[in-house]
Amino acid sequence: MNQITLSRRSLFKQTGALVVSFSLLPGLLSAQSVNQRGVALDELDSFLAIDKNGNVTVFSGKVDLGTGLRTALTQMIADELDLPMTRVSVIEGDTALTPDQGPSYGSLGIQNGGVQIRLAAATARRALLQQAALVLKQPEDGLSIKDGVIHGKAGAMISYGQIVGGKSFALKVDTNAVIKPPADRHLVGTSVKRLDIPAKVTGRFTYMQDFRLPGMLHGRVVRPPAIGASLQSVDDSSVAGIPGLVKVVRIGNFLGVVATSEWGAIQASKALKASWSEWQGLPEQAKLWEYVRNSKVIKEESTSQTGDAAAALGSAASKLAATYQFAIHTHGSIGPSCAVAEFKDGVLTSWSASQATHNLRKQLAKMTELDVANVRCVYIDGSGCYGRNGHEDAAADAALLARDVGKPVRVQWMREDEHGWDPKGPPTLIDMEGGLDASGKPVAWRGTFIIPSGGAGFVPLVAAGLSGLPVDSGDSPGGIQQDSAIPYAIPNVHTILHRLDHTPFRPSWIRSPGRMQNTFANESFLDEMAFAAGQDPLDFRRSLLSDPRGLEILDRLEHLANWQKRTAPAAQEGKVLRGSGMAYVKYELVRTYVGAVAEVEVDRASGQITVTKFFVTHDCGQIINPDGIRNQIEGNIIQTVSRTLMEELTFDRSHVTSLDWESYPILRFPAVPDVVMDLIDRPGEKPWGAGEPTAAIVPAAIGNAVFHATGVRLRSVPFTPAKLKAAWV
Amino acid sequence: MTQTIHLTVNGHPVSVTVDDPNMPLLYALRNDLELHGPRFGCGLGQCGACTVHIGGEAVRSCVTPIGSVGARPIVTLEGLGSPEKPHPIQKAFIEEQAVQCGYCINGMIMQAAAFLAKNKRPSETQIKEALANNLCRCGTHLRIIKAVAHAAAAL
Repeated sequence: MNQITLSRRSLFKQTGALVVSFSLLPGLLSAQSVNQRGVALDELDSFLAIDKNGNVTVFSGKVDLGTGLRTALTQMIADELDLPMTRVSVIEGDTALTPDQGPSYGSLGIQNGGVQIRLAAATARRALLQQAALVLKQPEDGLSIKDGVIHGKAGAMISYGQIVGGKSFALKVDTNAVIKPPADRHLVGTSVKRLDIPAKVTGRFTYMQDFRLPGMLHGRVVRPPAIGASLQSVDDSSVAGIPGLVKVVRIGNFLGVVATSEWGAIQASKALKASWSEWQGLPEQAKLWEYVRNSKVIKEESTSQTGDAAAALGSAASKLAATYQFAIHTHGSIGPSCAVAEFKDGVLTSWSASQATHNLRKQLAKMTELDVANVRCVYIDGSGCYGRNGHEDAAADAALLARDVGKPVRVQWMREDEHGWDPKGPPTLIDMEGGLDASGKPVAWRGTFIIPSGGAGFVPLVAAGLSGLPVDSGDSPGGIQQDSAIPYAIPNVHTILHRLDHTPFRPSWIRSPGRMQNTFANESFLDEMAFAAGQDPLDFRRSLLSDPRGLEILDRLEHLANWQKRTAPAAQEGKVLRGSGMAYVKYELVRTYVGAVAEVEVDRASGQITVTKFFVTHDCGQIINPDGIRNQIEGNIIQTVSRTLMEELTFDRSHVTSLDWESYPILRFPAVPDVVMDLIDRPGEKPWGAGEPTAAIVPAAIGNAVFHATGVRLRSVPFTPAKLKAAWV
Repeated sequence: MTQTIHLTVNGHPVSVTVDDPNMPLLYALRNDLELHGPRFGCGLGQCGACTVHIGGEAVRSCVTPIGSVGARPIVTLEGLGSPEKPHPIQKAFIEEQAVQCGYCINGMIMQAAAFLAKNKRPSETQIKEALANNLCRCGTHLRIIKAVAHAAAAL
């Protein structure tokens, strides 16, 4: 394994390392040197460096969560600097080395992170050309670049390494730097194979769960049997015989064990006897929606208002109303969260798969009451997280245990930790009302979104809360107001958020947070209005859109899916009913466009829904790696089919009861749908995100297809057989 | 009570000192032998991320006591092939780009390898059934099915 220190010289020893599989050994940093490398967002040197051999190291604040970001960034930067990809390596998510480009969420890795770094590369390219012109004494516009060598007339040449090797640029990123035009790109827009896959399929890749430090101990946290229970007593003698046990750590209600071996830590955590207070602060699951409906609204926020929706609803020739529910979901990472922490010389170093190491750094500093300058957080790839799962909480667990025992500690969450204690996608309740005029034209639309308070802030750390140490307060469910407003031209529209004072479980963002729930309600209800108006749902949408890129999505979707116009559910007999349904989104109303048609089969006897096929048209502007986007779209569809048909957190009054894959089942191979895609590439446009927009349209497309097949409207995710049978007349 | 257990892993004889013969094999492979192919996913035998071959059978190492293995040879993902010389199944996963985060992929490849050893020309339905107890959260299923079919044709 390569080692990295903060000195540029040794950084660049890892030439041509395609997979950045490295260990940041501790002890290389003193308390004073944590902030040695500049990470300012306006400095070129923060984003990239060129060594004497002309090899480029990219410093990315955005991290690859298994989406292929590392490969795509390498494509973008190699292209911009006219280098082969083998000469560009990427370091991600290390607070001492990489700029804070914001958390790796919201489908912004390329759109914000990649674009920012590409601008730095374009600035560097220009500076290298200017410098070469001076050295070669030739005009800049006569120079050309090939493989990191700048060529002039009469065989004159100079390499990047000769110009800048090992030195800094000391330049601001030029926000007006000219990016290469599409015709000059060779890597962007092509399906370069992912750099990490060969190591991942041969067991050579270092995941967070594989990371080890010399002298490292293993920790496990003993969770309270009820979420809000207080620790009353601990019987240390219950674990006295466990081989390798180092210590039982108790800080307030935070209870953990540390052992020399992982199995020792697991055994100790199971054997440890502790008594806890009673706590029954959760609502009854059977009355969850009543509970949400009756929760206190502390704020109303209008997200769009056109005309007078209330008056138009009052005077509409026909009026519709429907309520949509979206269950509580867990992230369900296949690998439970894992972290290693070490305290040394007053500095906390934390290794984790956090999607937001710069934020985690602030949270850990707060909890441990350290100056933020004395905390370093380092990203190492973990299991897919799909949002803010337990990675940060495992990091906090490890930090508390490591501080207590004075040695590096690794905390590997067990399956029940991840299912039980990762923050949840909150329950969402949405009331829709619409009005049509006598001719069937929609004249009124009102959406009321009953959702938690807060945005994409700092999700409170479990360990900080249990231990009674300083903890962030408030809920951070993500930007769940997004896509509550609609892209359609209806003369009277009002969309309003009812922000609640409380939600039953610590919330956070899960892939397409809010956008998925809100789009489910909006696109299902629009479908209901189309049928009420006696119009084909695709034509109905088309009549309400004027955005040419949106209309192109619909046109191409109609062709791709061989859409058959309909104004009523398919009348059919037989044991298996078939239908199709569509949905559309312009993500957050400002970026990626997606349209989809779902095809379903419904077993009349059991009520079981099978999604057989999805057609997707997708426009995210400039495509960096088409196959990477296809992989993401397939993932969005399959994961969200699972969420839509099957997933629902279960709980009693004290704690989560869906603690494994039997009690929280997800979609399996025999039930995955085929996915057919039409990607629209616009090389001259900005690249927008593709990591989650497709997820947003899946629930409504399925629900609309079920209506087409059966005539039954499903308005509560998950679409279980029991719900369908109950709704079937 | 500490004891030494002798195993054959990826063709090599190895010995592991354990306090508890009931310790799942997975922990010895990962912590004592530093193999990163088999992965901890659930510890319950539900997801398949920890799959290894024992005596040619795909087995969940997270619920297999190390003391139960005996003389049967163990093969892990590392033992199938390397980045330089991948096994045909590993090669097919690279060709089909059948990975997102990749955490489950060890199980997919090990399960598929054991399956293809018995069924040389499986249908797509048979591949899906063979992998029905291996979980993937990223939604890479379609590519995994293609990769296994691709490997079947190549083997």
